[in-house]
Amino acid sequence: MKVLVAVKRVVDSGIKVRVKPEGIDLQGVKMTINPFCEIAVEEAVRLKEKKLIAEIVAVTIGPKQGAESLRHALALGADKAIHVTTEARIDQAVQPLDVANILAKLVERDNYNLVLMGKQSIDDDFNQTGQMLAGLLDWPQATFASNIQISDGIAQVVREIDGGLQTVKFKLPGVITCDLRLNQPRFASVPNIMKAKSKPLETIPLEKLGKLHNSIQITKNEAPAIRKGGAIVENVDVLLQKLRNEAKLF
Amino acid sequence: MQIIRNRLMVNQIPRFGFKYLNDSTFLNEDHLQIQKAALDFAKEKMQPYSAEWDKKHHFPKDVLRELAAMGFSTIYVKQESGGVGLDRLTASVIFEALSYGDVTTTAYLTIQNMCAYMVDQFGNEEQKQTWIPRFGTFDAFASYCLTEPNSGSDSKNMKTFAKKDGNDYVINGSKCFISGGSVSDVYLLMCKTSEKDVSCIIVEKGTPGLSFGKLEDKMGWNASPTAMVLFDNVRVPQSNLLGKEGYGFKMAMSALDGGRINIASCSLGGASYAFDLTKDYLHDRKQFGQPLAQFQGLQFKFADMATNLVTSRLIVRQAAQMIDNNHPDKTLYSAMAKRYATDSCFNVANEALQLHGGYGYLREYQIERIVRDLRVHQILEGTNEIMKVIISRNLLK
Repeated sequence: MKVLVAVKRVVDSGIKVRVKPEGIDLQGVKMTINPFCEIAVEEAVRLKEKKLIAEIVAVTIGPKQGAESLRHALALGADKAIHVTTEARIDQAVQPLDVANILAKLVERDNYNLVLMGKQSIDDDFNQTGQMLAGLLDWPQATFASNIQISDGIAQVVREIDGGLQTVKFKLPGVITCDLRLNQPRFASVPNIMKAKSKPLETIPLEKLGKLHNSIQITKNEAPAIRKGGAIVENVDVLLQKLRNEAKLF
Repeated sequence: MQIIRNRLMVNQIPRFGFKYLNDSTFLNEDHLQIQKAALDFAKEKMQPYSAEWDKKHHFPKDVLRELAAMGFSTIYVKQESGGVGLDRLTASVIFEALSYGDVTTTAYLTIQNMCAYMVDQFGNEEQKQTWIPRFGTFDAFASYCLTEPNSGSDSKNMKTFAKKDGNDYVINGSKCFISGGSVSDVYLLMCKTSEKDVSCIIVEKGTPGLSFGKLEDKMGWNASPTAMVLFDNVRVPQSNLLGKEGYGFKMAMSALDGGRINIASCSLGGASYAFDLTKDYLHDRKQFGQPLAQFQGLQFKFADMATNLVTSRLIVRQAAQMIDNNHPDKTLYSAMAKRYATDSCFNVANEALQLHGGYGYLREYQIERIVRDLRVHQILEGTNEIMKVIISRNLLK
């Protein structure tokens, strides 16, 4: 069984970003693999260790530095990597439907049985790509996975949803997007980092697989309002009055 | 969206994080990837426990085993011998990143690396096969025994003696300030085998006659056990000799340059952490209606700290690269790097303490522990005074 894992290189989650009118200031900012994508890679590696899948291919879309995330995926245990190269800003111009189309092309080219991805990327938080990909391929999907079981070509996935936990079962091939509590990714050890260097990495210019339509236009970038101080009120009446008249809660 | 991954969020302002001050001049992609792996490990598995290890004088064998699984205990041992086979520059980057989490355990890790290296360089096949795999997993903990109560800088004057007796050596003497003493499984003993010859003999814990002093109560490096190692007619087979008789100093010289880079790298990591904590503190702490970061006197102190840190890093990495390239001046530069980086980094930590005011004196704020840990780096692996002897001797010969 072959698995495609899509990974994205994003701004590190611990960084406080600087917001400029044209977008987030990426100059010199620490970038890293999207945490949910890393969880997807880890899950694929665990499935391979359980001998449920035979090959893991990691793919990313982005500029030259995007290969860092691929190398990280290879160091965690992926077998091969595909780098779809583009100079466009991946936190703005590379949008879910375009990504889904490109991934669909790769799925058709290489015949994967399963696509694993993070549920969303922490830069745009779209939470759309996995779902769109499943739609384009006409495949079943399970999103927000916190547990994945695979046997005899059937995937059983526990999903974390607003109402609690939902378990779905479907016949592979399918798309699964991964949530936070699915696993805790391992550390890439030095021997594995060294081994990763000799694993195959295929480079494909984006134009060969698809196009960026920029159908979503970003019209404004602004930082969230600075938190204003609160006030200590004397009694419940004053509190209710403020909630009604100032916060306009009811 | 904030993902909490149990990592300490230190230094959140983007431009001047560890990465920016990291200066990747000497580093290629591989170094950066390995550095990230080491730093992630340090922040998650070492930093949160560092204070507790220091307070409880706990030697974290389990974490050291995890470090070994990451490939960090035989970094520059050849791959053919079972090591990771990387260079000194990578080792420096790794130790610096790990020291960011905890200086003391990383310093012990450098000793393990050095012992493994010596076995790799000078051991015969049997010794390599016996010990390197065990060092590589921390199945066996190693210690290096050179210093004696009466010979520190004057190491040639050591008295511990191994006399031939049949097919054995019988060893008498004592070593002191041995990191890992009483806990380590294996002791690489530098001793005299004749009046002039210094040799290296492997002695295993449990050998009759081998005993240990009580654990020393130190200013810092509390997570690492330090004790005297005593030899009272300790009998070992002559096959425990590493290399040849008289090779002792050649071995020590070969290991020393690297050892100096290692300890200097540990200083860099500790100082980096103190520096990052200070930066946050300068923004948070307000006096006279302003954050401390607005006061020029403090800004100047901070600027000096940054400059010292970066220049230390540069010379350490350059010296590491010179060792890798077997540059004729590698000993000179290693000595300069050790002397400069350990002094500067101690000063960075010390200034960080001052900038923290009263809080700097509290254990809870961690700075004082880094100061205590880094202080000894100016003394061991060759005192900084001996470094000056080496530097001047190299320059004036």
